[in-house]
Amino acid sequence: MTGTFTPMPGGAALHRQVLAQASMEARLMLRNGEQLLLAVVIPVIVLVGAVKGGQHLDLSPSVLDGRPLVDLFTPGVLALAIMSTSFTSLAIATGFERRYGVIKRLGASPLPRLGLLAGKVLALVLVELVQLFVIGGVGQLLGWTPEPGAVGFLLAVVLGTAAFAALGLLVAGTLRAEATLAAANLIYLLLLAGGAVVLPASAYGGFGSFAEWLPSGALGEAVRTAFLDGAVAWRDLGVLLGWAVLGSALTARTFTWE
Amino acid sequence: MSYGDKTAVDGLSLAVDRGSITAVLGPNGAGKTTTLETCEGYRRPHSGRVRVLGLDPIADRRRLLPRIGVMLQGQGAWSGVRAMEMLRHIARLHAHPLDVDMLSDRLGLDECGRTPYRRLSGGQQQRLGLAMALVGRPEIVFVDEPTAGMDPAARRTTWELLREMRADGVTVVLTTHYLEEAEQLADRVHIIDHGRLIASGSPLELTRGGTAATIRLVVTRPFPPGAPDSLRIALGDATEVTQLDERSLLVIGPADSTTLARVSHWCEEQGVLPESLTLGRRSLEDVFLELTGRELQP
Repeated sequence: MTGTFTPMPGGAALHRQVLAQASMEARLMLRNGEQLLLAVVIPVIVLVGAVKGGQHLDLSPSVLDGRPLVDLFTPGVLALAIMSTSFTSLAIATGFERRYGVIKRLGASPLPRLGLLAGKVLALVLVELVQLFVIGGVGQLLGWTPEPGAVGFLLAVVLGTAAFAALGLLVAGTLRAEATLAAANLIYLLLLAGGAVVLPASAYGGFGSFAEWLPSGALGEAVRTAFLDGAVAWRDLGVLLGWAVLGSALTARTFTWE
Repeated sequence: MSYGDKTAVDGLSLAVDRGSITAVLGPNGAGKTTTLETCEGYRRPHSGRVRVLGLDPIADRRRLLPRIGVMLQGQGAWSGVRAMEMLRHIARLHAHPLDVDMLSDRLGLDECGRTPYRRLSGGQQQRLGLAMALVGRPEIVFVDEPTAGMDPAARRTTWELLREMRADGVTVVLTTHYLEEAEQLADRVHIIDHGRLIASGSPLELTRGGTAATIRLVVTRPFPPGAPDSLRIALGDATEVTQLDERSLLVIGPADSTTLARVSHWCEEQGVLPESLTLGRRSLEDVFLELTGRELQP
């Protein structure tokens, strides 16, 4: 006898579950006004503003060796975009998922915790792809000519995302949702202004040698090295790896899903 | 199960039959949700043993989860997600989900399918929560206050659905503080209060079987003193007599023709004239009142 509700339980294949989770989270992130502002609008404004403003001020930093400002700022803004998605957006989204019982609800579904984490990471990568196309496209319109630095850029994206995602989950796991919202935005603004992400560490004078060790500075330098020199910034990637390990260890000790 | 020095659920022992509907009934704060969440693996019991489908909800959680459906009390969805989008998402996590369109049609979710979760009414959120619990075709569903906040029509639809699931072999465990819901739906009712099981049985058993009944006797003039005792003696040990006010008495016991004949004979002896004689089955409400000394609902 089979009826409409005759039990036929079972989880979908794990990769399908992870894909479903990732596409769901990416859609929600791109649909949310504030998140979209953070992911795309602010980086594009920063890029256009820095390039146009720098041109009017007749800036020609020595690191550029006569190349246009857009070659310096586009990699920096790409680094900023990675930071905003994997740190700020992830922390805020996770904070409110805890608040709204989403994680508790998913905890009763066949999706395991590791699958949920994988889905989140994949969603971040999807959003970062969108950001790369938009920011890269605007950069091209402004005359950006990147050096072929795919390997260095890819490593920077992977390690930068890992480091900032671990730190984002650390914030979301220790604070209430509203406090997470405030802290994640504040840290983002501080790093944007003083974290050597859009501007190179050398622009900060003596503070620059400290900023290089921040995850923001390391990510910014790594992306700049990739697209300005076509090289791999091993030192900065090492710094990002260090932050990823430290962040993951702290998150693993403190994070509770609910 | 304790929080600090407050014990939420204590020495609770109950079993659930496959393919039945079990209601856990109790006032707010009685430990209903704690009991359910312990079965769902959200909480680790401080002592005692819980088995669901023969599995330990904590140790065997990964094997158990795909086989159970869970409806939480409120929330459990992103604030910006659309109702049907959420249901489809949960469906995709399962291997053989129900047809989501059929389910949304049955639960009246099509009217709000594109509405963001935060803008759904309480009743719509409840219906979506129920749909999410059922969509994976589970063997057992745990539904926490399934009809709280629903209008009467949605409540009937939900009852229909839960009955149909039972007929199809699904085990349903629900908590409720609606006595009518337990009476209408459940094969077995467990009444808990202050974290303790105070009564178990089918609604009929709890209301003392098919013959168990109440007789409410109202007379035209006040009873003479000692009336309840003399009536109890006249009726025998199987009955309880309570004086409700000076002109009415409540008899709890078998409401058969013998009892009725004795009641009217007693009235003749006492020289009182019955104004009304109402027969009623003892309700769960009466049972609850007797067991706990308080009303379930204000």
